Amino acid sequence: MNNKVIQAMYDDDDVLLKAVKETREADYHIEEVFTPFPVHGLEKAMGLKGTRIAIASFIYGVIGFSFAIWMMNYMMIEDWPQNIGGKPNFSYAENMPSFIPIMFELTVFFAAHLMVITFYMRSKLWPFQEASNPDPRTTDDKFVMEVSLDGDEKKMSDFLKKTGAIELKVAEKS
Amino acid sequence: MSHYEAPIREPLILGDKSYHDISNDIAAPIEGKANKWWWFVFSVAMIAFLWGIGAIAYTIGTGIGVWGLNNRINWAWDITNFVWWVGIGHAGTLISAVLLLFRQKWRMGINRSAEAMTIFAVIQAGTFPLIHMGRIWNGYWTMPIPNQFGSLWVNFNSPLLWDVFAISTYLSVSLVFWYTGLLPDFAMIRDRATKPFQKKIYSLLSFGWTGRAKDWQRFEEVSLVLAGLATPLVLSVHTIVSFDFATSVIPGWHSTIYPPYFVAGAVFSGFAMVQTLLIIMRKVSNLEQYITRYHIEMMNKVILVTGGIVFVAYLSEFFVGWYSGSLYEDFTYLSVGAATGPYAWAFWALILCNSVFPQLLWIKKLRTSFTFSFIMSIIINTGMWFERFDIIVINLSRGHLPSSWTQFEPTFVDIGIYVGTIGFFFVLFLLYARTFPAVAQAEIKSILKSSGNNYKKEH
Repeated sequence: MNNKVIQAMYDDDDVLLKAVKETREADYHIEEVFTPFPVHGLEKAMGLKGTRIAIASFIYGVIGFSFAIWMMNYMMIEDWPQNIGGKPNFSYAENMPSFIPIMFELTVFFAAHLMVITFYMRSKLWPFQEASNPDPRTTDDKFVMEVSLDGDEKKMSDFLKKTGAIELKVAEKS
Repeated sequence: MSHYEAPIREPLILGDKSYHDISNDIAAPIEGKANKWWWFVFSVAMIAFLWGIGAIAYTIGTGIGVWGLNNRINWAWDITNFVWWVGIGHAGTLISAVLLLFRQKWRMGINRSAEAMTIFAVIQAGTFPLIHMGRIWNGYWTMPIPNQFGSLWVNFNSPLLWDVFAISTYLSVSLVFWYTGLLPDFAMIRDRATKPFQKKIYSLLSFGWTGRAKDWQRFEEVSLVLAGLATPLVLSVHTIVSFDFATSVIPGWHSTIYPPYFVAGAVFSGFAMVQTLLIIMRKVSNLEQYITRYHIEMMNKVILVTGGIVFVAYLSEFFVGWYSGSLYEDFTYLSVGAATGPYAWAFWALILCNSVFPQLLWIKKLRTSFTFSFIMSIIINTGMWFERFDIIVINLSRGHLPSSWTQFEPTFVDIGIYVGTIGFFFVLFLLYARTFPAVAQAEIKSILKSSGNNYKKEH
């Protein structure tokens, strides 16, 4: 198995986008693309699948909503009902108007935090994580496309040069 | 990909910038050294902060009897300041979440600082209810845990408990929203840092962000969903704060108009605070080409709209109170009684600062002037402080029992804590301005080709 990749560096997002399309058309395999800012249309050009993180967030929200209902029902109705301002303390449904604010807040709390945690875990973002971008300039103004090296290195290099790459580097993919 | 944007839209990034120039400009305040002015303002803020800590220590050590509260007026500066600070916080979320949903590109120059302001303001706000408890070490009693005698729980019918949930959700969600947006910018600083210590710190802060295509895809989706969650959240927070008053039976508080009126007022005061901070910051941190006259004008327009909503709310409160014919309505904070009574000065301070002076922003020349916007932002912040003071103190000073009518006088402790929170707020903001990327540079880069001055000229 060949673990080598060619890292082609570009200095413009439009050139990069065109290069990504051409590289895929030429049947080369793009391992990864590093960009300093979100380039719109890139995930489509690369053929990435859509992210399902919004669906996850919805599910987390439902969990938070259910948790809020369970919690308040247990505490206020089942465990220790109290007469507070004559509000109905025997039925969750009848006392619900005063529970709505917290049902809402906990829905948002769960949906937001668990979604962000999911994002950090899936994208391997956490404290003491080492950055693995191939070149420090990719967070500034350069764009790097990593293409798996297969076949003739010379031919591939020429091809990538033609797509507008300003620098090429062969690297071992860990 | 087309980067076309109608020429009628004003450029959002001035100067002929390249991507690299943006990195340089945003990193400059972090990599440079603080000047004398920064140290001067920082020292003043620090002294105010320390004074506040002293006042808080005195309060906790002795009890809240050291405040000017009395039998009748048992809420005063503490809750005034609490509502004032929470309200200020709302602008940050409005800019970063609501304007994102509306696809307003001008938010990108200011959202980072506005969100920072939100977080710092909510921290100040949270201080007041905590110390108002008197026994601050029992603060955890607001959490849904049974008490030591068995299973007596917190009261979920109480708006004060709703506040606990609302404020803590708001603070924590704003914090992760802000932090997630900061990751690519910390990574940018990390990758250009030359000093080893700086590199270590920003490596740690950036969580190993590398800018993979998949990460960006998730990043954008997460931002969008967080904006969608934060929008109703921010509306709910001040709604719930207004419930503290609206669900009571005090004349002047018991009002159905409170939630929308409080939210509008919060945005009004928050934008004023953003103006105060950013008009100075754009000069000091050399961000004039990212926070332009156009940004200031747009914020002034939001101030005009929300100020208008607040003004209409005042009018309707005043009218409905008077129209009810109830004797007690004549003691509420928007009534003839208030306008001519012992608190007339506070009443007129509110009307002048919040409703009369801001109308000058209709004049284009004034709302595009930095100096005028700065002065106006201070006036509005003063006015919004008086709004909360009036709601709380004027309404409490007179009640159904004339023998208990009284006035409120703050003690040096009240003043000390208030000044202390302002100091703490500026301490945090000044530290932020020197260590955090103050403009969301990754987002700015993504609109450079459509909204940058040099690129717009080419079309």
